[in-house]
Amino acid sequence: MTDETQACRTLSGIPVDPVYGDGPLPGEFPYTRGVHPDMYRSRLWTMRMFAGFGTAEDTNTRFRELLRSGGTGLSTAFDMPTLMGRDSDHAWALGEVGRAGVAIDTVDDMEDLFADIDLGGVSTSMTINGPAAILLAMYVLVAEHGGVVRSRLSGTLQNDILKEYQAQKEYLFPPRPSVRLVTDVIRFTTAEMPRWNPVSVSGYHIREAGSTAAQELAFTLANGFAYVEAAAAAGLDVDSFAPRLSFFFNSHVDFFEEIGKFRAARRIWARWMRDRYGARDERSLKLRFHTQTAGVSLTAQQPEINIARVALQALAGVLGGTQSLHTDSHDEALALPSEDAARIALRTQQIIAHETGVTNVADPLGGSSYVEWMTDEMERRAEDVFAHLEDLGDGSILEGVYAGIDSGWFMGEIAESAYRFEREVDTGDRIVVGVNAFTEGDRAGGADLLRIGQDTEDLQRKRLAEVKQARDDAAVRTALDRVVTDAADPTVNLMPALIGAVDNRVTGGEIVEALEGVFGTYTETAVV
Amino acid sequence: MGTSEIDTPTGSGPPIRVVLAKLGLDGHDRGLKVVARMLRDAGMEVVYLGLRQTTGTIVTAVEQEDADVVGISMHNAGHLTLGPMIVRALVDADLEVPVVIGGVVPDVDLPELAAAGVAAVLGPGAPVDEVVATVRAAARGNGGR
Repeated sequence: MTDETQACRTLSGIPVDPVYGDGPLPGEFPYTRGVHPDMYRSRLWTMRMFAGFGTAEDTNTRFRELLRSGGTGLSTAFDMPTLMGRDSDHAWALGEVGRAGVAIDTVDDMEDLFADIDLGGVSTSMTINGPAAILLAMYVLVAEHGGVVRSRLSGTLQNDILKEYQAQKEYLFPPRPSVRLVTDVIRFTTAEMPRWNPVSVSGYHIREAGSTAAQELAFTLANGFAYVEAAAAAGLDVDSFAPRLSFFFNSHVDFFEEIGKFRAARRIWARWMRDRYGARDERSLKLRFHTQTAGVSLTAQQPEINIARVALQALAGVLGGTQSLHTDSHDEALALPSEDAARIALRTQQIIAHETGVTNVADPLGGSSYVEWMTDEMERRAEDVFAHLEDLGDGSILEGVYAGIDSGWFMGEIAESAYRFEREVDTGDRIVVGVNAFTEGDRAGGADLLRIGQDTEDLQRKRLAEVKQARDDAAVRTALDRVVTDAADPTVNLMPALIGAVDNRVTGGEIVEALEGVFGTYTETAVV
Repeated sequence: MGTSEIDTPTGSGPPIRVVLAKLGLDGHDRGLKVVARMLRDAGMEVVYLGLRQTTGTIVTAVEQEDADVVGISMHNAGHLTLGPMIVRALVDADLEVPVVIGGVVPDVDLPELAAAGVAAVLGPGAPVDEVVATVRAAARGNGGR
């Protein structure tokens, strides 16, 4: 524990209060200033570093290293085939197995991924969307095989499919059956995993795809409202699940714009949840979020200077009141983070947490004329988008979001913003250090990058073949039949069938193909 | 590659035709969409295939559209496998069309991609004049073969 007297004095010994200014204070509706009264004095943010590459064993080693270095939560990056619901031996997977994340085909891979890690004592975030329910089923099984009951598990499943159609493009099925899978997970964790966040409504990818800060804010919260409406339509009481909805935002380089965005997000969510969706539990009104620094802002030119960018973006996230934080590694414009680069990124958070003193006072920028104005402006711009979506959806945000996906409206808006930014950089109206200004010292990177070779792919295919060889084929067929039957009946929760399937070593890809038979597939109409 | 090239269409000949695609599962399409507009603004004809293309769909498009250049975007570290694969597929189909790769490609991989027949690689943050000049140069190289 931090020494209380030390924590409440500046470096020069001046005592400081937990908060300054008039109400509403942090911890008070509408939570513009933060969700807790003393914010980081009572509890620091979780330093959650995103990691995943190669085989499950490779990533397990990195996980244990991050925990030894003082990381306080795990965050799993899956490889492209896993994210897209394809096994490592599928033709689509060629060249992508283990390259940009860890390859998970069966529950056996999941066992290896979390080997020698106490799942009852750590919180785990899994960045997975289309096949999220399947990976959650695997995680529950691994924990229970290790003696940790599911009700004790703490963590977050990204499980935010709507932003996939808008930005990240890792969808499997059409939007409506996909949202049914999301609500099945919400219903399952609400009943059986009270410490689990079933959805992390994510603006991060919307921003990375090129949106502005205001678009990120508006689209993300609209997606959040859409899930609330979908879960309510599935018969859930809003206060039964809303306290467990969490959010995930990008922290980009425009410092005060980002802080205004985070503050506006809390205020909008609190007002809408209370006034529009009738939430009464205070926890339903509090928007909690994870932050990641902006990968897209990292430059391949002079990669070391990314350390400074990441520090400033991380500070904006902390001043904006984040609950957990991933800091990008400086070499990520070139490859997956090397171990050294990942350690520097974690150390950056530790400097902010333990040296700068910014944790002493909650919402230290509250009351700044500029920050308050920016917060109001962000809210105003977001409300304009909500009004447009309500219009599209005849009063329903959920239907408005579906309509905006179908017509390509979200994609068009994002592509337009991305193009405008590139033009500004090209004309020199916007300076990017090392790219279009101050380019002396640019040099080729690549000496110490983390490289994943073709041997990983070959090894993973071999492991998968062994699992398939050893399993009970009749049990596999029975389990898959049940998945299909349950999928066809929208009133049945798919989670029990999925847990049964993965327990019988049915692969993620086999389950996805079975579900495609019921739900169909989705192809976007490209908007350029 | 002077900036004057941006605004000048390629002489009096027909515009350069470029097929742009994401090969494989990678869904990062921000860069490719921006490149599509850059090339259009520079007077080229862009056939945007978009996400989840295979070597087969790309080869078919190149054939049907009579493309001068193929642009493939890769952000998932699969370029050493997929880059040579698309070059080979085009050669097998008797299409002498240069392949330009854009995306996250470490410099150390450039010689291997060049040896495999990839015409050029555009890295993160490549400015519009470099993008346009690279595609033009690739198209010219094709015409001279």
